[in-house]
This record gives sequence, structure tokens and C-alpha cells, in this order.
Amino acid sequence: MNYHWNWGIFFEPNPMGTGSYLDLLLSGLVLTLKTALLAWIIALVTGSIVGVMRTLPSKSASWFGFAYVEFFRNMPLLVQLFLWFFVLPELLPRTAGLWLKQLPNAPFWTAAIGIGLFMSARVAVQLQAGISSLPRGQRQAATALGLTTVQAYRYVLLPMAYRIILPPLTSEFLATIKNTAVAITIGLMELTGEARSMEEFSFQVFEAFTAATVLYLLINAVVVTAMRFVERHVAIPGYISGK
Amino acid sequence: MKRLKLLGFALVAAFGVSQAGAQELTGTLKNIKDTGAITLGFRDSSIPFSYLDDNQKPVGFAMDICYKIVDAVKKELKLDKLEVKLNPVTSATRIPLMANGTIDLECGSTTNNAERQKQVSFTNTHFLTASRYVSKKSNTINAIDDLKGKTVVSTAGTTNIKQLTEANVARNLNINIVPAKDHAEAFLMVETDRAVAFVMDDILLASLVAGSKSPGDYVISKDAFSKPEPYGIMLRKDDAAFKKVVDAATAAVYTSGEGQKMYDKWFMAKIPPKGLNLNTPISGELKHEFAKPSDSPDPDSYKAM
Repeated sequence: MNYHWNWGIFFEPNPMGTGSYLDLLLSGLVLTLKTALLAWIIALVTGSIVGVMRTLPSKSASWFGFAYVEFFRNMPLLVQLFLWFFVLPELLPRTAGLWLKQLPNAPFWTAAIGIGLFMSARVAVQLQAGISSLPRGQRQAATALGLTTVQAYRYVLLPMAYRIILPPLTSEFLATIKNTAVAITIGLMELTGEARSMEEFSFQVFEAFTAATVLYLLINAVVVTAMRFVERHVAIPGYISGK
Repeated sequence: MKRLKLLGFALVAAFGVSQAGAQELTGTLKNIKDTGAITLGFRDSSIPFSYLDDNQKPVGFAMDICYKIVDAVKKELKLDKLEVKLNPVTSATRIPLMANGTIDLECGSTTNNAERQKQVSFTNTHFLTASRYVSKKSNTINAIDDLKGKTVVSTAGTTNIKQLTEANVARNLNINIVPAKDHAEAFLMVETDRAVAFVMDDILLASLVAGSKSPGDYVISKDAFSKPEPYGIMLRKDDAAFKKVVDAATAAVYTSGEGQKMYDKWFMAKIPPKGLNLNTPISGELKHEFAKPSDSPDPDSYKAM
């Protein structure tokens, strides 16, 4: 291997004039975190609504949930982001499309919403599975107590379902963070994007991607630890998910 | 096998320099002689330097030059037969593949600059290109100052986006700079009005425009963001013997007038696969470079004739 290693490269000034190469990567890391957090909030909220709809007695609600999930999970994320960013504005009336295209930070919002909706389909399926895994008697008992459907979900079904699906939700959160790397396709300069531009500027490809790998591992280790803590904190002895 | 090789090295070391008189081959040249093959790295869409034609065969200006280098290597090593292997590379894979010995030459449109020379070497410059912008004629952007306050796209991680950023600060233009993943996507941004202009090497802009749906709608600026910068064929660093052969081969091509002929073939005539004609006459700087070949990374060292 004829390669000139230079680990000091991170402290050399980057050609964009924004400090060192390390600063370049860290600015990408911040953008990765922002995108992932916003996407995760969107995924949790919409995913929960759609997941609940799939378990409702109403036929049309469960049909809508079914269609939503199949639409978002059957298309590669890369294609979805491309569609939202390049195709959607062309389908709108010209003025609306132009307004959308000239929004500041368009790649960031498109990536956060696009990844959020993609992940929401997965959250929805898991929540549905969590609710379905509860004994049928739970729902019937809630109805017998005179609770409305909303109350039954709020006080009986959802608190248990969420506890059951907490471990798979952790992996979905990790997947959300990793999926933000796809956003370079619409020009979002997140961690992977900055590692690539560092590589193009300095030609130190292995150093750049080693640093990106370490940073991804670190974020995900933090998330895993935090979710373990949450799991332990919300566990109720005697429940399926408790100890 | 590896152990045998090590043993071989040990023996050579132990029994000293018995063969030193018979000029030993080292590095890439030795490798080529031992394997009887040379591997060229090509790009799939760097028109007209190195790209795939309709038969999925890599062709282009840089490929033609590389084949001349192959001939020279064959002659230098006195081989009857030299197999040419072709390996596709991208901007992300060209360095690792060069470093680990998969490719021996990268035939494309890689800018030769001082920073990159810390990692690889370049042979004599085969093209010079300046950073310009393309915009729609209907937007009437006649000078760099007309970009004030507008959205401008460039490809992420290129020297061009760096020059745009610098000009933005220096001239106080307040441009909203958007990075794109690759050239095709950046051009798409201009095509769909997401950005008013795309800043890139002028020759790449010319090929994007020539290949677009309506080439007449676009105009490439007279104003440039940089001096003409050199493109070079990349080879491994610290391999003086191989570089000497490659430099001599390229210099012979350029000074003999063959370089000019190749240039006309790729830049002034119809090229496969779609019969595009880039119609870009040779610049004064490149003419001078062909007369006096140089591998300098410094744009200031290239003067017009």
C-alpha cells in the first residue's frame, strides 16, 4: 500500500476558510444530529397516529393506515428524497413550485421531513404490532369500564404498547441517524457529505472516513445508552415489558 | 506464498548486491513487467476526457493519452505483449485504488494541485480549465456581480465551490451557495430553476450544456472565478522510474503535434455516443503547455502563447 498517512490533517486549515478540517467534520456532525432529531420527532408523531389508525375498529382508518405504510416503506429512501426534492415542485402550480424551490435550507427541510415520513411507516408497523400483542381482554375491559376509544388508547393500550416496543424503537432511532447519510443526494452537507468533501480537498480519504465512522459510532453509542436508561426508568414490574 | 517472498527478500538482503549492476526495476515498472499487465483507471462520465461510449467501452481524450503511455511503457520494458486492464473509478475511489495498487494510472479530469501532490503524483498537464458559471439566457446574468443575492449551486467538495465561497466573501456578494452531490445534479438545479447559476470547470459546463435538452437556452460566463487550473493523469507518488517513463511519453505526444490532433478529435469534432460537438478551441495557455510540457500544480506557471 503506497499511501501517505497524515493524522495531523484534522488540525490543518480547511480550504473553505471555516477553521480546520475537524471543524468541517464537526459542522457536518451537528447537521446530522439536527436532521436526525427532527426526522425522529416526525417519525414518532406520524408513526404513532398511523399505527393507532391501523388498529382502530373503523375500516376506512385501517385502510388509510395500510396505504400509508405501504406507500412509504415500499420505495427506497434515496428515491423518495429525490422525488420530494426534484419532482414534487414540478407537479405544483408554477408559482408555488418556485416558492418551494427558493426556500432557504431546502435540502435540510426536505431531508428531515422525507426521512421522518419514511421512518414513520416503520414506527407505525411496530406500534401496531405492540398494540396487537396485548391480550384482547385489555381492550374489552377498558370498554366495560366505560372508557371511550380515545381514553382506552390513552390510559390502557398505548402505555403498555410503547413499553413493549421500546427496544425495536431504539434500533429505528439508530436507523434514522444512519439514514441521514442518504441526504447528500440532495446536497445536504451532513457528516458523510463533509467527509467526502474533506477527501476531495485533501486526498486523505482513509483519515476522513475513519473520523466519520468513529463519530457515527459515538452518536449511536450515546443513543443506545440513553434508550437503555429510558427502558429501565419506565419499566413497571408485573407488566410484560417489566422485570 | 507471502512467506516465500519474504524469504526471497531476506536472501537478497543477505547475499547483498550481486545483481545491483544490472539496473533493477522497482515499483510500478517492476509490477507491470512481472504481471505483464497495466491497469488504467477510467471515469464513467467525464466527457470528453474519460467516459463510456455506446458499447460501454471507456473512451476519451485522457484515455487516448493513456494508451500512448502504455505503448511507451511496453517499449521501455521491451515486452512483446502488454495486457491493458480497465478499472472504473469515481472521485471517491480513485485515491484508495491508486494507493493499494489496483490501478497504475488514473485517466480522467483530476485537477493537479499542491495539496493533492502530498498524496499522489501527476504527469504533464493535459488540459487547463478555469472556474466559470452557466446560467439560463433568460436570467440575463452577464457578470459575476449579477449573481448578488441569488442562489448559486456548485458541486460539493470541488475546488470550484471553494473559489465561489472565497469570491462571495471577498466581493461581498451575499450569494446563497448550495452544494450538490455531482455535476449532473447541480446542472439539474439550474435546469429546474432551483439555482440561477452553476459554478464549475468551464469544459465540464460545456459538455453538460451540449448534452442538455435545449443547449441554446444556456450561456457560459466570460467572467472566471479562477486562473486556468491544470488537469493531469494521476500516478503513484515516490515512483521516480515510472514517472520518468510516463512524463517522457506524454511530452513526446504533446510536442510532436499529436497532442493537438487528439485535442481536435475530442474538442472540435463530433464525439460518441450522441455525436455532440463541444466546439472548444484550444486555449493559448494549453498551446503553450503543449509546446513546453509541465507537471506544475501552480496555475501561475501556465502562460498564454
